[in-house]
Amino acid sequence: MKVLVWIAERTWESCVDAARFVPGGQVVLLHVIDPDSMEAVSGARAGLLGRAMPAIDASVEEVLTAGQIRLFDAAEDRLGRPATRLGQRGRVERVVVAAAATADVLVMARDGDHTRLGPRSLGHASRFVLDHAPCQVLLVWPEQPPDLGTLPPPPGPHGPHSKV
Amino acid sequence: MNTWASAVVLVGVLVFAAVRPYRLPEAVAAVPGAGAVLALGLVSWHAVGQELVVLSPTVGFLAAVLVVAHLADDAGVFRYAGSVAARWSGGSPRRLLTVVFMIASVVTATLSLDATVVLLTPVVLETATAVRARPKPHLYACSHLANSASLLLPVSNLTNLLAFRASGLTFTRFAGVMALPWLAVVGTEYLIFRRFFANDLASAGHDRETVPSLPAPRFAVGVLAGMLIGFAFAERIGLHPAWVAASGAVVLAAGPLRRQPGAELGRLLRAANLPFCAFVFGLGTVVLAVRSGGIGTFVGHLVPANGDLLGLLSVAVLAAVLANVLNNLPATLMLVPLVAHSPALVLAVLVGANVGPNLTYVGSLATLLWRQILHARDLAPSTREFLRLGVLSVAPGLLVGVAMLWLGLQVSGVR
Repeated sequence: MKVLVWIAERTWESCVDAARFVPGGQVVLLHVIDPDSMEAVSGARAGLLGRAMPAIDASVEEVLTAGQIRLFDAAEDRLGRPATRLGQRGRVERVVVAAAATADVLVMARDGDHTRLGPRSLGHASRFVLDHAPCQVLLVWPEQPPDLGTLPPPPGPHGPHSKV
Repeated sequence: MNTWASAVVLVGVLVFAAVRPYRLPEAVAAVPGAGAVLALGLVSWHAVGQELVVLSPTVGFLAAVLVVAHLADDAGVFRYAGSVAARWSGGSPRRLLTVVFMIASVVTATLSLDATVVLLTPVVLETATAVRARPKPHLYACSHLANSASLLLPVSNLTNLLAFRASGLTFTRFAGVMALPWLAVVGTEYLIFRRFFANDLASAGHDRETVPSLPAPRFAVGVLAGMLIGFAFAERIGLHPAWVAASGAVVLAAGPLRRQPGAELGRLLRAANLPFCAFVFGLGTVVLAVRSGGIGTFVGHLVPANGDLLGLLSVAVLAAVLANVLNNLPATLMLVPLVAHSPALVLAVLVGANVGPNLTYVGSLATLLWRQILHARDLAPSTREFLRLGVLSVAPGLLVGVAMLWLGLQVSGVR
C-alpha cells in the first residue's frame, strides 16, 4: 500500500504521526514549494527598476529548497523509518492532487483557520484536494481535535428551519 | 505633434526599463531619450539645466543611501533584525508577521524602500523558514510595506525626495504631517494581511529550529540613528540630507576600506548604482518634455486647485492611477510640479504614488504584462492572488491615508 503524506509547515507533525499508524506499505513524503513566494520577491525587485541586482532571485530558490530538505529530514526522523521524498513546486493544491493519482491513501491536515469552526475552517487548498483527490483521504487535525463544547447550540423553536 | 513625440519617447524609455533587453541598464534608453527630446527642440536647454540642478541633490542622496544600506548589511544589521524577529515571534506565525511589519516599516522609513526589498526580504525569508512558518505572507508583507510604509520621511522613497523640495516643508514638519497617514496605512495593511492570510498564519505545530541570537551591531545601528537625527538638524544649517547620508556612508565605510581598500571601493561604487542615477536624470528630462507639452496641460486640468479633503483624495487617486500605468517615479516627476502651489496636494501625490503601486505588485502595468509574457512558458505565478490582495489593500489604504493626511494637515496647520 502506498501512503502519500502531504507535509506543510506548521501542520506536518500530525500528518506524519497519522502515517505511523497506517500499517506496512511505502510512505511517500510530499512537500510543495509555492512559486508565488518567489514571485513576491522578484516582483518587488522589478518594481525598483534597475536599483535591484538580479543575483539574489536565485538565492530565494536556494533558501526555499534548503528549508524543504530540512523539513523532510525532520519528518523522516519523526516517522522513524525511511520514506521516499517527493519535493515539488507549483500550484500547491493541483500538485498534491496529481501526486495522489498513484497513491492508495493520502494523509493530509485540516489546514485552515480553526478559531471559528465552520466552512472556512478548512482552507482553500485543503478543500480543493479533499474534493478532487483520486484516492482515499485520511484527514487529521493538526492540533488536538475540538471537544464537544465547540458545537453550536441546536436550532431552537424559533430557529431558521422551524415551522411557524 | 510635439505632444506625441515626447509621449512616444517616454513610453519607449519605460518599456525599455520594463523589458531590459540583454539586462542592459535603463539608462541605455533614458539618456538617448533625453538627447532626443533636446535635439527635437521639445524642451529647452535652459529648462533641462534647471531640472538637473533640482534633481542633483536627490540623485546624490539616492546614491549615498544605497551605499549606507549596503554597508549596514555588511555590518550585520539586517541579519540581526532577522534574529530579533525569530526570537520575538516565539515560533508563532502571527507574531512573526507582526514583528515583520514593525521591522519592515522602520527599515523602509529610515533606509528607503530599496533596503527593504533588496536587503531585508532575503533575511525575512531565512527567518520564516527557520521558525517553520510559511514564507508567503511575510514575503508579501515586505513587498507591500516597501511601498506603503515609505510615507513617513522625505528620505524613505525616491518619490518623497522628489516631492520634498516642492512641498517647501522642513524635514521634521514633513515627518510630523506624514506620521499619522504612515501609521494608519501600515495598520490597515496589517489588518488586511491578517485576514487574507488567516490560513497560512494559523499556528498549529510547535516545531521550529533553534535560531541563534546574534550580537547587536551597535556601531552600525548607532551611525544609522545618528544619521536620522542628522537629517532633522542638517537643514537648519542649510545642509541637504544627501550630505548627512554621505557622511554616514563615510563613517561606516572607514573600517572596511582600511581592511581592503581596492575591493571595497569597487563594491561601494557598484552599490551606489551610477547607471541608475543616470537613468533618473534621463527620465527627468523626458518627463519634463511631456509635462511642458499638451499632456502636461491636460493632466494640469485634472489637478484640483486647493487641498480640501476632496482635492486631496482626487490627487491621490490620480497619482495612484498614473503610478500603475507608468511607474511611480515618472508619475511623481509629472505631478509634483503641477501641484507645487499647495504643499497639501504635494503630500497627497505621495500617498497615491507610494500606496498605489501595490495594485500591480511589480510597480507598473508594462512590467506586469512583460512578466506575464516571460512566465508564459514556465510556471505562471497566480497573478490573480497578487491582484486580489492589491485591490483589497490599495483602495482602503488610499482612503485611510488621505483621511489621516487631511487630519494631520488640520492639526499642523499646513495648507
